[in-house]
Order: sequence, then C-alpha cells, then structure tokens
Amino acid sequence: MLLTLAAASLFRHRARTLLAVLGVAVSAAMLLDMVMLASGMRESFRSLLLSQGFQLRLAPRGTLPFDTEATIGDAGALVATLRSRGAVQAVSPVLGGQLHVPLADGTTVTGAALGVDPAVQGDYELLDGRQPAGMNEIVANDAMLAAIGRHVGDTVRVAAGYDAQMRSLSGERVVRVTGRVRFIYMAAGQRATALPIDALRAMQGATAADRISLAMVRLTPGADVDRERAAIERLLPRVTVISTAEAIRQVDERLSYFRQLAVILGAVSLVVGFLLVTTLVTVSVNERIGEIAVMRAIGVRRWRVVAQIVLEAGAIMLVAAPLGLALGLVTARYLNSILARFPGLPERIDFFLFQPSAAWTALGLLALCGVLSGIYPSWRSASLPIATTLRQEAVG
Amino acid sequence: MSELAGAPIVEVHDLVREYRMGNETVAALKGVSFTVRQGEYAAIVGPSGCGKSTLLNLIGVIDRPTRGTVSIAGERVDQLGDARATDFRLRRIGFVFQRFYLMPALSARENIELPLAEAGVKKSARRDRAMTLLEYVGLARRERHRPSQLSGGEQQRVAIARALANSPSLLLADEPTGELDARTGAEMIALFARLNGDGTTIVVVTHDEVLARATKRVIHMRDGSIVDHGTAG
Repeated sequence: MLLTLAAASLFRHRARTLLAVLGVAVSAAMLLDMVMLASGMRESFRSLLLSQGFQLRLAPRGTLPFDTEATIGDAGALVATLRSRGAVQAVSPVLGGQLHVPLADGTTVTGAALGVDPAVQGDYELLDGRQPAGMNEIVANDAMLAAIGRHVGDTVRVAAGYDAQMRSLSGERVVRVTGRVRFIYMAAGQRATALPIDALRAMQGATAADRISLAMVRLTPGADVDRERAAIERLLPRVTVISTAEAIRQVDERLSYFRQLAVILGAVSLVVGFLLVTTLVTVSVNERIGEIAVMRAIGVRRWRVVAQIVLEAGAIMLVAAPLGLALGLVTARYLNSILARFPGLPERIDFFLFQPSAAWTALGLLALCGVLSGIYPSWRSASLPIATTLRQEAVG
Repeated sequence: MSELAGAPIVEVHDLVREYRMGNETVAALKGVSFTVRQGEYAAIVGPSGCGKSTLLNLIGVIDRPTRGTVSIAGERVDQLGDARATDFRLRRIGFVFQRFYLMPALSARENIELPLAEAGVKKSARRDRAMTLLEYVGLARRERHRPSQLSGGEQQRVAIARALANSPSLLLADEPTGELDARTGAEMIALFARLNGDGTTIVVVTHDEVLARATKRVIHMRDGSIVDHGTAG
C-alpha cells in the first residue's frame, strides 16, 4: 500500500520526476567523479609502485629516485650486500642515462636509457620480441621506435653521449632491437630504451663504472617492510631507502590540492542533489497536503506518511544512482584522457580510478541524501494540524 | 442491538475551542455539553460559522479543545497524544468528508483497505472485508475503479465504506451530501439510515434539511453554543 502510494505519486507527474532523476544523476556522476578523484591518483600510484613487486627503492642519500643525476658508487658491493640479506628476494640495479640515435638525414633522436639487469628488472613490460641478452641488444618503446623508424629485429647505431656544439657522438655502438616494451614509470609519449646495465656503463665510460642511479628491492613474502627499510638504511648510510608507503605519503602531500578540490566539489554536488530532491519533494507534498491530512484523519500514523514520502525521495535517488554511476564513469574516462596529457606523468597513472568502494561511498551518500531530503517536508506535512488543514483545503 | 445499546458513546462537557486570529482570540465553541448514546443517529445543524464542524473535529479527535472534556465510549480523548489519538481514530472512529477525499492513486477497494492495512489486518482478510463493504454500499462491481472513474455519489459511498472498514464505534460525517445532487443525496441519506438501522452510531453535521429530517435527533447550534439539544427519536 505504501509502495503503491509512493509510486503513484511519482508517476502522477512523470515529467517532473524524470527531470529530478536526471538532475540527481548529474549530481551523482559528479559526486562519483570527485570520490574517484580524491583517492584515484593515490591508489593508481600505489598500484603502479607495487605492480612489479618491489617494495623498497634505494637512491643516493637525500634524493628521490631519478630526482637528480646523482648516482651511487661501489654498486657491485652494495647489490651484493643487499642480496645477502635473508629478507631480500631480488635486487634490480638501474643506471639512468640518455641514448642518441643519429638518423640518415643528419638529425639525432634522443631518448631516455635505462641500464638494467633484464632478468630481474621492474621498469618495463615486454610487449613484443625478447629481453636484451647481450652487450649489443636493446629494447625500446613505441615512441622511440617511431622516432627512429626501426622495428624489432632491426639494427641501429646508438651513442651514450652527444656534443651538440661539435655535433659529435661518444660511446657509440651498433645494437639490435630485440623487443618492443612499455615503460612503467615513464611519461606517456616519452622516448625510452633499455639495455643491459653493463652495456650502458661501457658506453658511458669511466664515469659510470660500478655506479647505479637506483636499486629496487623485492622482499620475501611476509617480510616486515619498515623494519627492513630501517635496517638497510642503517647498514648503507650513503643511500636513502624509500618504501612504497613512504613514496605514497610523499605523493599524497603533493596531491593534497587535488584531494581538497575533489572534496569541495563532491560536497557541492551532494548539496545540489539534496536541494533538488528536497525542492521536488516539498512541491509534491504541498500539492498533496489535503490527502496527507485525510490519511492522518482516518488513522494513518505519522511515521507511515513520512516513510511514504521518504520512499519517494529514495526511489528518485535509487533510479538516478545507476544512471549517475554510468555517467560518472564516462565523464571520468574523458577527464582522465585530458589530465593524462599533463607533462611528466607516468602513462599508467589514472586520476580517476574506479574502485567499488568509491561507488559504494557515492551510493551511500546519495541514499543518505535521499532519506534526509524526504524527512523534513514529510515530517512537516504530517505534523500540520489535521482539522485546520482540512478546513483550508475545503475552502481552497 | 448489543447489550450496551443506549449507553453514552459521546460525552462532551463544557467544551471550549478558541482560535488566535492575529491579536484576537475567537471562540468557536463556548462551553458545549451534550451526550450521544449508542445507536443514535444525530444531526448537528446551524448557520455557517456556528461551530458545527469544530465540534465534529473535537469529537473525531483531529483537534484539541481549549477547555472541557470529550469522552468516546467511556475513554477521555481530549488530551490524547498524537500516537494514541491516531490509533483511536483508526480503530474507533469513521470519518466521512464533504469532498470524499479518496486517495486518487488507489482503486475503490484499495481505498477501503488503507485503514485496514494500517490496523495490521492481513492482506486476504482485508480484501474480503473491503469486498463485503463494497457490496454493502452497492459498488462491488466497481472495486478496481479509481476515484476519477467514479461519480460523486459512488465516491461518497466508497468513502463511507472506508470509514466503516475497522468497525468503528462512531461514524462522523461532515456535510456528506454537500457535494451531491438531490437524487444522489437522497441515496446517501437512505444509506445512512440503513447503516443506523444496522446498529451504527452516526453524528452528521449538515446544512441539508432533508438529511437532518431523516436523522433521529437534531441538535441546533448558534454562535458556538447548543441552543436545542433535540430529542432522541
């Protein structure tokens, strides 16, 4: 009976109900987007850092990974020390640099180069071909391959140094492209290659001998990350050891503006949705004030009247919620594609990351909003003096 | 008639109802006292604004007096809290309004079922009860019709059936023929007479002289007071 009355009331003014549903759906979409934005980048960054299973990153003391051109010396001993620890499962040393490719037209293409141990590296995913095994093999991403006009299997002359004034190359070598890869931490569109760390050291010359820019450490399952981080930092005071949690905390600090913006806009969209439904329910209730007074007169309890009207508000929210969810996901995807062009961001970072918890949070807030928006007008109407209301309705 | 026939069902004592209108206090009822006994069929008549409907609202527990007492079937109802007053109206009083006031979204049968559902009657039982009442008022074939598909007289008959749904001790009607033409009004008067004949205590407020004459007792009011208590017929 309660459902029949609530449904009838909504169907009585179809156009108005439809407009309210659309309005709430837009508000819900914005709310969902803001909830996704508030946690999306953080979660996306966390999943990026953990995607290859490395929990610790070692950088030169006082720096962040690849924040400067500083390197760590005596790398062989450092890696050996790390590998000797019981809680350490794998160590991936990384040396950063540049690779220059002279083209037939006289120009030179420059891209990032990572010297890695291909057996344990965690910097790229192989899309095609195989890992570089020898000193004259490299892998490259699509941006680099497109810029130099090469494919997997082709050979190419590369150099580790380039003097722009003298237009001369140094550390030259002819290498074969063995694979096409996607770099995990590189910005979208950034040209990059990877080759065995010894090959890059050899090309860079004496300055790079036994040096690394970074070491990534994978711990054994169940190892205490924080304890191991502190132990390594004590053991190797010339490096800074950053755990994934610490890296996320630093990212969090840098992204606090995004979060504040998301919270404010999310709250605004929630308030807009709330006001929209409250207005609609108030108008609807005012039109039925006589009906409500009669229901009260024939013995319908006050809470039952309130429940009926809250049900109407809730139904609007319930229908609008999935629409808003779909709309929110579409707009998030579009906005993500715009924001992903922000310079320097890794390709796999998402600003709007869909998580079931984000959807549930948005739905929960909407449901709460629906209930609250129905309570005031319904309670007010169900509390009006019955006799006076009926008399006014009869006169009206 | 039951063994309680003739026992007081409505007892009103020194009833005063005042309203604030701006800075002034207007007395709609000025110390009204009277009794209606079980099985009676009484009409309250008088000019507009004399306090008839105010008195009916107080007896029907949808308003509270400024002073005085109202007892229905031996229970004081003038100071009941909202929840108890609502429950009392649901189970003990049937209301019929001039404008019928049926729920437009519900069918005739569902309108009758509404107070039954509120009283916690199970679905099959309330359906049976609603059909019995629709038959009683001659509308069994119109059970699925919405109020907008019924004539004024039919709507009023559904409203009477709704008022009788929970077998109330007292049926109150405020100008029940006010919106009906003469022929339909006469049908309604006959229905009220039949109801009373079957044992229902009825109090109507009316301007309709034909309806008033059909009752067994006519109470005359003027300026918020009863000027003639009438005599039970």
